[in-house]
Amino acid sequence: MKVLENSFPLKGGDFSEAGAASKEMRLVLAELGVSPEVVRRAAISAFEAEINVIIHAVAGTLHYLIQGDELKITVTDMGPGIPDIDLAMKEGYTTAPEWAREMGWGSGIGLPNIRNNSDVLKIDSVLGEGTTLEIILRLAVNGHK
Amino acid sequence: MKIADIISALGLEIMVDKNLDREIKGCYVSDMLSDVLANGHEGNLWITRQTHPNIVAVAAIKGLAGIVITGGKQVEPDTIIKAEAEEVPLMLTPLSSFETAGICYSLGKKAQGDLE
Repeated sequence: MKVLENSFPLKGGDFSEAGAASKEMRLVLAELGVSPEVVRRAAISAFEAEINVIIHAVAGTLHYLIQGDELKITVTDMGPGIPDIDLAMKEGYTTAPEWAREMGWGSGIGLPNIRNNSDVLKIDSVLGEGTTLEIILRLAVNGHK
Repeated sequence: MKIADIISALGLEIMVDKNLDREIKGCYVSDMLSDVLANGHEGNLWITRQTHPNIVAVAAIKGLAGIVITGGKQVEPDTIIKAEAEEVPLMLTPLSSFETAGICYSLGKKAQGDLE
């Protein structure tokens, strides 16, 4: 079974590389014959996760792993951590700063977007230490590579 | 209706002239990027006042037909570079989002009427 993976560093406040991870995943998944709808859901999930780290954290990493029929995206950051995950999952709730909102981010639907586009979303967060997102999508891969 | 039709009808200034013969399936007006990621549809023409490079990633991920930046805003050079690379058509207009959407809506209705 072919395993594909890669890691992308993310730096707080630096939007210049935002979307790099989701772009590579889009190309890799399309190449594997994954349906355009699933590719889109994966790219939205990855992009929202990248943006969250850039807006809220000092730094972090996005790692993706494609193994058989499963895509696992793991996003870890170095804080500040989420005080109330249920509240963070609520549509419209945001703690994004003004500069991010001016860019059109921070409308409080990033995490709900990830939940709605993935098959599994797990969030672990420790205040003052950081947050880990584990996002899983099942891929209906046509044929084998 | 193709992007080229909208460009000539509204007199849009073309910044990135890729895929201009693409068929448009409706418009989406929003300045919130997560909103477009959640609710935009493939083939939509996106009308917005946002100008930074993230809009290109959003358009590419959602398979949008193109982006119209309204209100006479100038677009950032990096946005143009990224749109060229992703082959996302990018246009400017001095019109407001409201006026742009209104004209697009009328054109769409008219085109539908012509088909019937």
